[in-house]
Amino acid sequence: MPFQSTVGDYKTVATLETFGFLPPMTQDEIYDQIAYIIAQGWSPLIEHVHPSNSMATYWSYWKLPFFGEKDLNVVVSELEGCHRAYPDHHVRIVGYDAYTQSQGACFVVFEGR
Amino acid sequence: MSKKYDAGVKEYRDTYWTPDYVPLDTDLLACFKCTGQEGVPKEEVAAAVAAESSTGTWSTVWSELLTDLDFYKGRCYRIEDVPGDKESFYAFIAYPLDLFEEGSITNVLTSLVGNVFGFKALRHLRLEDLRFPIAFIKTCYGPPNGICVERDRMNKYGRPLLGCTIKPKLGLSGKNYGRVVYECLRGGLDFTKDDENINSQPFQRWQNRFEFVADAIKLSEQETGERKGHYLNVTANTPEEMYERAEFAKELGMPIIMHDFITGGFTANTGLSKWCRKNGMLLHIHRAMHAVIDRHPKHGIHFRVLAKCLRLSGGDQLHTGTVVGKLEGDRQTTLGYIDQLRESFVPEDRSRGNFFDQDWGSMPGVFAVASGGIHVWHMPALVAIFGDDSVLQFGGGTHGHPWGSAAGAAANRVALEACVKARNAGREIEKESRDILMEAGKHSPELAIALETWKEIKFEFDTVDKLDVQN
Repeated sequence: MPFQSTVGDYKTVATLETFGFLPPMTQDEIYDQIAYIIAQGWSPLIEHVHPSNSMATYWSYWKLPFFGEKDLNVVVSELEGCHRAYPDHHVRIVGYDAYTQSQGACFVVFEGR
Repeated sequence: MSKKYDAGVKEYRDTYWTPDYVPLDTDLLACFKCTGQEGVPKEEVAAAVAAESSTGTWSTVWSELLTDLDFYKGRCYRIEDVPGDKESFYAFIAYPLDLFEEGSITNVLTSLVGNVFGFKALRHLRLEDLRFPIAFIKTCYGPPNGICVERDRMNKYGRPLLGCTIKPKLGLSGKNYGRVVYECLRGGLDFTKDDENINSQPFQRWQNRFEFVADAIKLSEQETGERKGHYLNVTANTPEEMYERAEFAKELGMPIIMHDFITGGFTANTGLSKWCRKNGMLLHIHRAMHAVIDRHPKHGIHFRVLAKCLRLSGGDQLHTGTVVGKLEGDRQTTLGYIDQLRESFVPEDRSRGNFFDQDWGSMPGVFAVASGGIHVWHMPALVAIFGDDSVLQFGGGTHGHPWGSAAGAAANRVALEACVKARNAGREIEKESRDILMEAGKHSPELAIALETWKEIKFEFDTVDKLDVQN
């Protein structure tokens, strides 16, 4: 009888922090997360970086943080604008919380190659 | 006006029971749950507690008259019934600020929970809560870094952090230990942790552990592209030894060390915390021995007091229990002291066990750590209870995975992220926990197997120490 192991091999994956272990989100799912950022009263902020530098503390801002922006469509079109301008970069959305000076949300929307 | 010396024994209540007193903003306030010996009036018991924890002694002494004792004495200003309990009552005591050395939690506790706990007129005594005046808080260093700095250093945003204690807790060689650390971190955890009783035993001396762990961290960071850490336990037999271990951790470029604040003591903790601030090191705090002090509902010190003391003494993460796992702790009480760790102002709320308004001023927040007997099925409840500013630690729930620790780690990470994503999308994650986890398991064989492995495990015992409520 051939040997059959029930133990699988776990392959290490390179990930980009929060939500890195989930399958890529659909457009609707991404919209839900942006809506959450807006509903929390956080400012949407878009950052991008070349994949070779993804562990850097600072990624480049896309424009400036969108302080007080409440319109989901504006945020989505800015995300797409950033992706068009830097197609080979990682692009992430941040929910910037000025009260804690921290990021209430942060995940990569477009992965660069 | 000067008083005359009148030798003898006075009743405590003549001096220390002052129901008309209005506490000052600068007073340190305490709430004790008192259970007196039979026949002793409540006022006398409460006044005795105030006296023995401040300026009083059993007899009148001539030398009191050399000072203005009314300026220094603690006063019991209120007595309240304990809901649902006929034999005990709450005594509220105000202590003037000048009774305490600036920045010294050790001094506060030596006064407040010193001799008085052995006092014969009392059957039991429990310190339920303390209100630290902002004037005292501003003399304390507090957390060496705080939540915001820790998130920035570790680059973790928008979710609870994920950790696990290395098992078996004792007996691994340094290299084997580092292997387990590596497996967990490459599988997707943010942190691993020395168990509290790992110090520097013959099977694994501390330098050896630190070096192999550092290797594991660097390698897993390179391979995953994420920042990682391991709580290197520097708790040791002397402060000098602790600093030596802390220095070595820093030399290796490690982001975080660990201390056991009750067995190590508040003086050691405050010193180490100052060192961490100065040296840019995060500080994880374990709480071995706490249940000896805080579990009995009528005697000892409530954990909310120990948690407040730790925030003032210093620490960036503190264990708080899990509510849902194998260790004691009910939900409302836990939420009450988690607030004390993380918020800048916590209002009085008896339904959460908070007896006073507590203003924390500019003191940074401490991450709440949930650890002990938790596994993937608990994830939705943990995310709902603890929120994002927490570290969720799965020991058995990581290493017990049929494929090993890396797969166990990945299962937990997938479950965590699925819960956060669902919460953000407006779903009720506790109610829909099963659906959320099963959906996530479809994309992750590691999670699917974990869900199967732990589907039957529950820890449903009644809590020993409950909030005092009318039944």
